[in-house]
Amino acid sequence: MASNEFLLEYLPVLIFIFIAAGLSLVMFIASLIVGKKNPDPEKLSAYECGFEAFADAHNKFDVRYYLVAILFIIFDLEIAFLFPWAISLGDIGLFGFWSMMVFLGVLTVGFIYEWNKGALDWE
Amino acid sequence: MSPDFVNIYLMPGLFMLIHIGILVGAVLGGVAYLTYAERKVLGAMQRRQGPMTVGPFGLLQPIADGLKLLSKETIVPTQSNKPVFIIAPMLLFMLALVSWVVIPVDAKLVLADINVGILYLFAVSSMGVYGIIMAGWASNSKYAFLGAMRSASQMISYEVSMGLIIVNVLLVTGSLNLSEIVTADRPLWIQLLLFPMFIVFLISILAETNRAPFDLPEGESEITGGFMVEYSSMSFALFFLGEYANMILMSAITTVLFLGGWLPPFGIEALAFVPGIIWFVLKTCAVLFVFLWARATLPRYRYDQLMRLGWKVFLPFTLIWVVLVSGILVYTESLPK
Repeated sequence: MASNEFLLEYLPVLIFIFIAAGLSLVMFIASLIVGKKNPDPEKLSAYECGFEAFADAHNKFDVRYYLVAILFIIFDLEIAFLFPWAISLGDIGLFGFWSMMVFLGVLTVGFIYEWNKGALDWE
Repeated sequence: MSPDFVNIYLMPGLFMLIHIGILVGAVLGGVAYLTYAERKVLGAMQRRQGPMTVGPFGLLQPIADGLKLLSKETIVPTQSNKPVFIIAPMLLFMLALVSWVVIPVDAKLVLADINVGILYLFAVSSMGVYGIIMAGWASNSKYAFLGAMRSASQMISYEVSMGLIIVNVLLVTGSLNLSEIVTADRPLWIQLLLFPMFIVFLISILAETNRAPFDLPEGESEITGGFMVEYSSMSFALFFLGEYANMILMSAITTVLFLGGWLPPFGIEALAFVPGIIWFVLKTCAVLFVFLWARATLPRYRYDQLMRLGWKVFLPFTLIWVVLVSGILVYTESLPK
């Protein structure tokens, strides 16, 4: 029963998701119905400043975007650990505080290493 | 129907639907008039009038714009990945709306008062990246692809420092529930301690919503329109609505985290007779004005500058601030129990 009441708190979220999805679908379909249709091969080709597309756009891209994504995962995980720690710091006291400081210290060593390796540079 | 059924299920359900309807209407109306306010503010800052023709003072301009976009032709490029191309703007628009379900606009006036409200917001706002990547990938256009890459890495870079700033606030408030974050006791010294985080948060939300001076994903002079370049008609409008709804949302989050939500400003008790929702709206508008002000004032950043600011300035600064705030709170024993 308690878990039911807990889930009931999330009911508005679920309903809201359906309403928002429905609304965006309605808006899209309305424009399909109301809008004019006058397709043309040139109009339907990818925009490339008037040229024919030279190659498929799914091409090689700069590896640094990938690197940023990897770094993001590391730091976002760290934040996922920090959230519950920040909430319960009043209960876990000094021991909890210093445990997290050690963890952050290890992470900072990694961060300094990345920085010196130039992973954060963007030329 | 038994009276029990009516009392327990039907009436609360009906109230909830009405509440959702009002909320959606308010957000969409807010978006419409934010575009109007943006053009008026930009106009005033450049010593011109902004929209003046449609309706008195151009007040009907957003409606005219909406109708115009509705009547335009929906273009789905032949080379594109069609289902993903169509779903991407809908996803972004949907995500921009569903975050509002946990925002407390007044004491007790919140649709879902869930106890992990800020985690929910963090999760939903992170998902916006998917919509952008989907749009950029499915368009099969080089500009769209580049714009999506830029936008995604910019958003995730600034999300890290935003997360750390939220941790700072959580240390002070001791709760993930947004209503409790607003009502948590904040003495002056704690407010001063959080003030630098407020400034960093303001700058981060500019980057997170891809707004000027961090609007590189749609930098017209280099990549035309970024990930939206292939979109037209209502699917473009959905992106546009989503972006502006996100701006309002981020301002509302700033209000909740730093500006005391629905409480009267500066803790002045004499102003408590004004309904809380009015204070909430006024504070949100004040933050929104910063968005428009920044757009009118600042030139666009370069991409390397943007990344340097995110990773080499904001990330170390907010991380050190987490250590500082938690250290001070632990050693002065002023943590919330």
